[in-house]
Amino acid sequence: MMRKIISAIGLLSLSTLAIAAGDSLGPTEQQATNWHAIVMFCIFVAMTMGITYWAASRTKSTSDFYTAGGGITGFQNGLAIAGDYMSAATLLGLTAMVYTQGYDGYIYMLCFFAGWPIILFLMAERLRNLGKFTFSDITAYRLDQGKVRTMAAISSLVVVCFYLIAQMVGAGQLIKLLFGLEYNVAIFAVGILMMVYVTFGGMVATTWVQIIKACMLLAGGTLVMFLAMSQFNFSFTKVLDSAMSVHKLGEKLMHPGSLLADPVTAISLGLGLMFGTAGLPHILMRFFTVTDAKEARKSVLYASGFVSYFFNVIFLMGLTGIIIVGQNPEFFEGGVVGGKLIGGGNMVAMHLAKAVGGDMLLGFLAAVAFATILAVVSGLALAGASAISHDIYARVIMKGTASEATEIRVSKIATICLGVVAIILGIAFEKQNIAFMVGLAFGVAAAANFPVLILSMYWKGLTTRGALMGGYGGLVSAVLFVLFSKSVWVDVLGNSAALFPYTQPALFAMPIAFLLAYIGSTTDTSARAKTEIEAFGDQYVRAQTGYGAASASNH
Amino acid sequence: MSSVMYERMRVNPKFQELVAKRGRFAWTLAFIVLTMFYGFVMVVAFAPASLGQPIAEGSRWTVGVVVELFMFIFFWVLTAVYVRRANTEFDALSQEVVKAAWKENK
Repeated sequence: MMRKIISAIGLLSLSTLAIAAGDSLGPTEQQATNWHAIVMFCIFVAMTMGITYWAASRTKSTSDFYTAGGGITGFQNGLAIAGDYMSAATLLGLTAMVYTQGYDGYIYMLCFFAGWPIILFLMAERLRNLGKFTFSDITAYRLDQGKVRTMAAISSLVVVCFYLIAQMVGAGQLIKLLFGLEYNVAIFAVGILMMVYVTFGGMVATTWVQIIKACMLLAGGTLVMFLAMSQFNFSFTKVLDSAMSVHKLGEKLMHPGSLLADPVTAISLGLGLMFGTAGLPHILMRFFTVTDAKEARKSVLYASGFVSYFFNVIFLMGLTGIIIVGQNPEFFEGGVVGGKLIGGGNMVAMHLAKAVGGDMLLGFLAAVAFATILAVVSGLALAGASAISHDIYARVIMKGTASEATEIRVSKIATICLGVVAIILGIAFEKQNIAFMVGLAFGVAAAANFPVLILSMYWKGLTTRGALMGGYGGLVSAVLFVLFSKSVWVDVLGNSAALFPYTQPALFAMPIAFLLAYIGSTTDTSARAKTEIEAFGDQYVRAQTGYGAASASNH
Repeated sequence: MSSVMYERMRVNPKFQELVAKRGRFAWTLAFIVLTMFYGFVMVVAFAPASLGQPIAEGSRWTVGVVVELFMFIFFWVLTAVYVRRANTEFDALSQEVVKAAWKENK
């Protein structure tokens, strides 16, 4: 059972998917109640509740609810995107990865980062110019609204659900560890707080929760890194010298290790992380919260700046942790240096905080981790709710005749339903090995959402039939590749050998989606297809100039 | 109505200029990022040992760390370069195109 808890904590991040095999994560148990952390977390909750109360008075129209009225500035949105993107996994999982694998962790972080410039160069401006509330607005722009929106909403919901389960279970385990609270208490706390933020405050509250959390994360990480580096007179050479002399990898610490040894996995992972990011509904949605394409571009500039800075902070935290945490018997079970870390392998960042800043800093960092999960979960719930209310209810079922008030009511009900589902699934999956779920979410995002989205913006020839074949084809193949891979077929279902030899689906599922979309479109000779292709002209001008783009509401 | 506007913009030579310039610029930058990133992934996959070499005799800094740190900074600088040019030059051009289309209305 202990192993399952570990893997559940690990699934917070993709990084742990890769290290799960060879990582020396130790058993964990509920820790003593951490009052510093709880008090600081309560301050965070009080602050965000105040903001939610304020946001509720400003959330009147659908545009307020889904996109904060399009009135977020580029800088604010950049912080919020960074907040959405840097989950608790980034802090805990990647620090732990550098601690155990050295340079491999740094490579992994570059994979997480490299998608951002591409999103800016090829997507950000067109997303903002064409979209309104959800990315289905873009894919369905000139195609059959009903069918294409349904398809996009289904794959959005699949991504959101897998990601939510992963976050919820991870949250429960993590909070049990950091705060010493019961698993179920933690799940309910996360689920209920999320429902309150999203139903009352909509995108305004969600955005501010992300911004506050991103600031806390950046400040906390920087402080820990600064204090840790001061022990080495801020000399990177000195850190490496000491780390290599004590780490079991020795000189090999700064060599690429086992993680990406297999070229197919390396490339597939690179593709999956890069284009999965560009297909995550809760990230895409953030592009509609800013006033115009100018601000959308600025958001990516700020977001990628924060993300790249923070990854380097984490690299230093992991390396200094090797010496400061790895050589201190206080942090090992039974006081045996080199044995099992108290609380498991993912606790390196927390132990480092305690070692350099005492209980206060530890409490602060634990509160940051909780806040992080809460913020990511809220963003996901809002993205899922908008797929249900905006795409399925307002556009597919009501065909655009629903009033704003009912649409908002539906999205609030959808949020509550998603919250309840998240709590139930979080409890149901407590003891399951669900390490594959984040990988699945990224895989589906890269194979089902991204190809259709990019084709709809760039390829004149895309028709409804092509979009449906590509979207559903990518969805089904990504799910099947993960189902037949070792992480589900063997580890969860208990079969002896995997039917699909690789754990990363992107390299295989993405070409399938593109190919199906191409074949489906080029063989489509219907009159409908002809008008759709003709409609690309206007869409293209709008994408380029922003003329006719949804504008910021005036209040 | 808006279709008429879009048609006017499309035939405006400035629109063609905007699309050509911005497209070329964006794809060039994307090409640089993709080539460097996947080139790096290939080195990781096929020649990992080369990344572990020190940059100079006796130095602790390895080629891999320096190259990666460079990419983190360089990619971000590229985003800054793109945002700067797009938010000034390209946006001005695109506003001109929209304004010209409006004028024809009168």
